[in-house]
Amino acid sequence: MALYRAHVLICHGTGCASGGSPKVLETFREELQKKNLDKEVLVIATGCHGMCEFGPIVVVYPEGTFYSQVKPEDVAEIVEEHLYKGRIVNRLLYKEPISAQKVCHYKEIPFYGKQHRIVLSNCGYINPDNIDEYISRDGYQALGKCITEMSPAAVIEEMKKSGLRGRGGGGFPTGLKWSFCAASPGNKKYVICNADEGDPGAFMDRSILEGDPHAVLEGMMIGAYAMGADEGYIYCRAEYPLAIKRLQTAIHQATEYGLLGENVLGTDFSFDLHIKEGAGAFVCGEETALMASIEGQRGMPRPRPPFPAVKGLWGKPTNINNVETWANVPRIMLQGAECFAAMGTEKSKGTKVFALTGKVKNTGLVEVPMGITIREIVYEIGGGIIGDKKFKAVQIGGPSGGCLVEEHLDLPVDYESLTAAGAIMGSGGLVVLDESNCMVDTAKFFLEFTQRESCGKCVPCREGTKKMLDILTRITEGNGKPEDLDTLQYLGEQIKATSLCALGGTAPNPVLTTLKYFRHEYEAHINEKRCPAGACQSLLRYTIDPAKCIGCTKCARNCPVNCISGKVKEPHLIDQEKCIKCGACMANCPVGAISKG
Amino acid sequence: MDAIQAIINGKEISAEPGMTILQAAKANGIHIPTLCDHPAVSPFGACRICLVEAEKNPKLLPACTTPLTPGMVVFTNTPKVIEARKAVLELILVRHPLNCFSCPSNGKCELQDVAYELGVKESSYADPGDTNTSHEYEDANPFYVRDLNKCILCGRCVRVCEEQAQYHAIDFQGRGIRTSIQPPVGSPIELSDCVFCGQCVQVCPVGALSEKTALGMGRPWDIEKVKTVCSYCGVGCEVEINVNRKTGKIANVTTNYSSPTALNKGRSCVKGRFAWQFVNSEDRLTTPLIREGDTFRKASWDEALSLVAEKLGSIKERHGGDALGFFSSARCTNEENYLMQRLAREVMGTNNVDHCAHL
Ligand SMILES: Cc1cc2nc3c(=O)[nH]c(=O)nc-3n(C[C@H](O)[C@H](O)[C@H](O)COP(=O)(O)O)c2cc1C
Ligand code: SF4
Ligand code: SF4
Ligand code: SF4
Ligand code: SF4
Ligand code: SF4
Ligand code: FES
Ligand code: FES
Repeated sequence: MALYRAHVLICHGTGCASGGSPKVLETFREELQKKNLDKEVLVIATGCHGMCEFGPIVVVYPEGTFYSQVKPEDVAEIVEEHLYKGRIVNRLLYKEPISAQKVCHYKEIPFYGKQHRIVLSNCGYINPDNIDEYISRDGYQALGKCITEMSPAAVIEEMKKSGLRGRGGGGFPTGLKWSFCAASPGNKKYVICNADEGDPGAFMDRSILEGDPHAVLEGMMIGAYAMGADEGYIYCRAEYPLAIKRLQTAIHQATEYGLLGENVLGTDFSFDLHIKEGAGAFVCGEETALMASIEGQRGMPRPRPPFPAVKGLWGKPTNINNVETWANVPRIMLQGAECFAAMGTEKSKGTKVFALTGKVKNTGLVEVPMGITIREIVYEIGGGIIGDKKFKAVQIGGPSGGCLVEEHLDLPVDYESLTAAGAIMGSGGLVVLDESNCMVDTAKFFLEFTQRESCGKCVPCREGTKKMLDILTRITEGNGKPEDLDTLQYLGEQIKATSLCALGGTAPNPVLTTLKYFRHEYEAHINEKRCPAGACQSLLRYTIDPAKCIGCTKCARNCPVNCISGKVKEPHLIDQEKCIKCGACMANCPVGAISKG
Repeated sequence: MDAIQAIINGKEISAEPGMTILQAAKANGIHIPTLCDHPAVSPFGACRICLVEAEKNPKLLPACTTPLTPGMVVFTNTPKVIEARKAVLELILVRHPLNCFSCPSNGKCELQDVAYELGVKESSYADPGDTNTSHEYEDANPFYVRDLNKCILCGRCVRVCEEQAQYHAIDFQGRGIRTSIQPPVGSPIELSDCVFCGQCVQVCPVGALSEKTALGMGRPWDIEKVKTVCSYCGVGCEVEINVNRKTGKIANVTTNYSSPTALNKGRSCVKGRFAWQFVNSEDRLTTPLIREGDTFRKASWDEALSLVAEKLGSIKERHGGDALGFFSSARCTNEENYLMQRLAREVMGTNNVDHCAHL
C-alpha cells in the first residue's frame, strides 16, 4: 500500500452530501493534482460525524484538524495553506457555539468530549465504500473468531453475558432473543436487520449504515451463525438511497472477499444477504408488519404469539434486530462481553446513540454511555439552551416516548429509569424543549404523526388516536372543555391497554406525560383560552401596555388589517376580534410596549 | 397429544392443544363477545372486543388470537375487561352511523349484539359531525351494495376473499382514520378481480355489505332459512334459501360456514348465491308441456314421461339405438350423469352420449 503524509477525510453522509461535499471532494482532487500533491495526500469520503448542521465537514489527518462548512471555493486555500505550507486555515475552523471559540482539533471539541463513540467509532473515520479500511480497523476479525473458534452456543452465551439490549426501542435482551430463535426447531431460519427508522427526526441508523455498513453485515453474520440461519434481509427505507447504495457496495465487496455466500472463510457456514426497500411507513418498523411487507403483503402488524423466533418470515423461525444492535455485535465478540458490560448501568450496558435536536446549542448525533444523566446530555454535550432560555422538557423516544422535566435532569439514561418516569429509551430521538414550546402543541404534533401512520387495523389505535387528536386540536384552538382532560387521560390509558401493536400501545405517551407534568398548561388553554408559551396561533393575543405606549402610531401604520386605534401621543388599543395575529405591530413598536401571550 | 387443562372463570375446562382461548371457551359453553373473528377465516385480532384477562399476565389478551396454554387461568368478564370492551366499542361507535331503523343488518347485526350485551347506547366520545359520511353508497353492480360508512374494518371480507374465495380482490387501503376496504386503486369493484361470489357479504358482521336483492324483502325475523343443494352444477353446494314467511318470496341465498353437512363449507359461486330470480319468474315452467302442432299443452309428469318412453322406444325399434343421442347437463350431479349414460348405453344401446361442459 502506498504511504501518504496526510489524509483529507471529507464527510459524505446525507447531511454533508446535500450541502455539497461531493463537489468539495472533486475540487480537492483537482487542486492537489495542480500542486502535484496527489501522491502525498489521500482524499477519502467518509460517513457522518453527527455534526451535520455544520457540514460539509473536512478533517485533515495526521493532526485531526476539523474544518466546518467547507465550500468548493475554500478548497484551494486549504490545499495551498494547510497541505502545502502547513498553516491551518483559521477562518474555516469549527466555531464552538458555547464558547464561541474556534476549535482546531477533533478531540478538543466539547461536543465529542462527553461522548463515548463505540458504535460510531468508524463513522467519519473510514471510507465506507472500501472494505479494506474496515478490515484494517479489525473488521471481520470477530466473525472469523466466532465461526472458527466458537460454537454457536458459546457465541450466544457471550452475547447474554454482554447484557446488550435491543436498540430498536423495546430493549429486549439480545442474547436471550437469539437463544429463542436458536432453540426453535427448523432447518431454515432468517435474520433481519430493521433499518426502517421511521421516527421523525431520527437518523442514528442511517448514519451507521452510511458510515460503517460492514459492521452491520458482520453483526448479522455472527448472529446468523449463532442461530443457524443461512439467509438475511436488511429492510431499509427507500428514502435512504445513500445507505442502500453503501450496503450494496458492502455486500458486493464482502462477497468478493469470501466473507459472504457459500462456505464463509472456508467453513461450513454459508450466508446470503438481501436488501429490501421499504416504502416508508412508520408501522413497517414494527417487526411483524415488517415481515409482512417483505412477504409482499400490506405492512400490518400480526398478533403475537406466535413470535418471530417461532414463526417469522414466511413462517420460519426469524430473528430481527435493529441496525445499532447488530453494529454492536462485532465489538462485543472481539473485545469480550466483560469489556462491553463494564460500560453503563446494572441493567443497561454499553452506549446508546441519540439524535439530539431542539433548542440546544449543539444538535446532532451523539453516542453516550448508558447511565449518563439527561443534564449532561443537554448542558455538556448540547451546550445548554439556545439564547440561554429556560429549559422546559426533553421528549425522549419520539412519538412513542414521553417528556421529562426539570426534576428528571439528573435521571440516569437507562431503560428502567426512563420507563419508570413515563418516557422510554425508544430508538434514540431526544428533543429539547424550552419555555417557548407549548406542551399541548407538542403532544398534538406527535399524535398527528401516529394517527397518520396508524395502520388502521385495530380499533383503539385507529379511532382512539383520532379522537384524542380532535380533542387536542380543539384545546389548542381555544374550544376545549373542562372534561376534556379526564377524557384524554381515560382514552389514553384504554388505548395503551387495548391496542394490537406498540404503535397504538405507546401513541398516547406524549399526551399522558404532558398531562402529568404540564396539566396547568392544558388548563390555561381550556379555562383561560390562553397559551402560556405563546405558540398556539388561535390563542395568541397581542396587547399594548398603556403604561409603556408612547403613542407613536407606528404599530397602527404597520398593521395590515388596520385593527389598531389610538390618537397620537395617547395609548393605542388592538381590536382582538379583527387582529390576525401577524405580529407586525410588536415587531415595529420602538419601546417594546406590545407583548404576546 | 393430550388435552390441555385450564381454568376459565373459575371453571376447570379441557381443550384441544393449539386451541385459542376463544375456541376453548366456545367449546366449553363460555361466551366471549367478538367482532372480527369468524370461523371461516384465520384469526386477526383487530377489533379488540374479545379481550380477556389471564392470571400472571399484566396485559389484556385477545381471546381470538391467544393460544390457551396448560394451566392458564382466564377471566372473561372482570370489571377491567368489561371497561376495556366498552371503551373499544364506544370508539367504534364514534363514527358509526346509528341508523339501525332502516339498516338491512338490523336484527342480525353483530355490532348491535355487542352493544346490547355491554349495555352501550351510544358513544360518549362522539362529537357532532363525527359520523362517517366519507363514502358514497355503492350500488353499481347487480349483486351487492357497499355502504362503507357502516364498515367497522373488521377485515372479515378481506380474509374470506383471500382465504376462501381465493381472489384477493379487496384489501385494506390508506392509513389511520382514512383506512378503508377497497379493490386496487383506480378500479371500481365492477372492474376489479371480484367475481361476485358474495362470500364477503356473507361474513360481514354489519350492514356494510348487503345482497341487493334482499333489500326491502323482509326483516331477518321474517325469514325462514330452507336448507337445500344448489341446482346449478354438480359440485352440489349446500345453500340456504332465505324465504320471507309472510310473502313466500325469496329474499336471498346464504351459506353456512359451520354446517357439518356442507361439502362446500360455506363457499359458493356467483350463480349459486345470486342467480335464483328464475324461481319467482312469471315465465317459469311449473308442469311438463307436450307439443301439439305449434302450441304447448300442460301435462302431468306421468303423461309426459310415458310419452317420452314411448317415442324413444319406437325410434329405437325403427332406426336402431344409434339414431338417438343423449345430452346431459353440468347442473346434474355426477350420479345423475352416470345414470344417464347407463340409460343410453344399456337401455337404448347407443354410445351417443355428450354433456354441456363439452361445448
Ligand atoms: C410502530 C413501531 C415502529 C417501529 N419502528 C422501528 C424501527 O424503525 N426500527 C427498529 O429497529 N425497530 C422498530 N420497532 C421495534 C421493532 O418492532 C422491533 O422490536 C425491533 O426491531 C427489534 O430489534 P431490537 O431487539 O434490536 O431492538 C418499531 C416498533 C413499532 C411498534
Ligand atoms: S396499534 Fe395501530 S398500528 Fe398497531 S395494529 Fe393497531 S391500528 Fe395498526
Ligand atoms: S408602536 Fe408601540 S408605542 Fe407606538 S403606538 Fe403602537 S404600541 Fe404605542
Ligand atoms: S350496521 Fe348494525 S349497528 Fe350499524 S346501523 Fe346497521 S344495524 Fe345498526
Ligand atoms: S364477492 Fe367474492 S370475489 Fe368479490 S370481493 Fe367478495 S369474496 Fe371477493
Ligand atoms: S365490509 Fe363488512 S366484513 Fe368487510 S371490513 Fe367492513 S365490516 Fe368487516
Ligand atoms: S453528514 Fe456530515 S456530519 Fe452528518
Ligand atoms: S374478535 Fe378478537 S380481536 Fe376481534
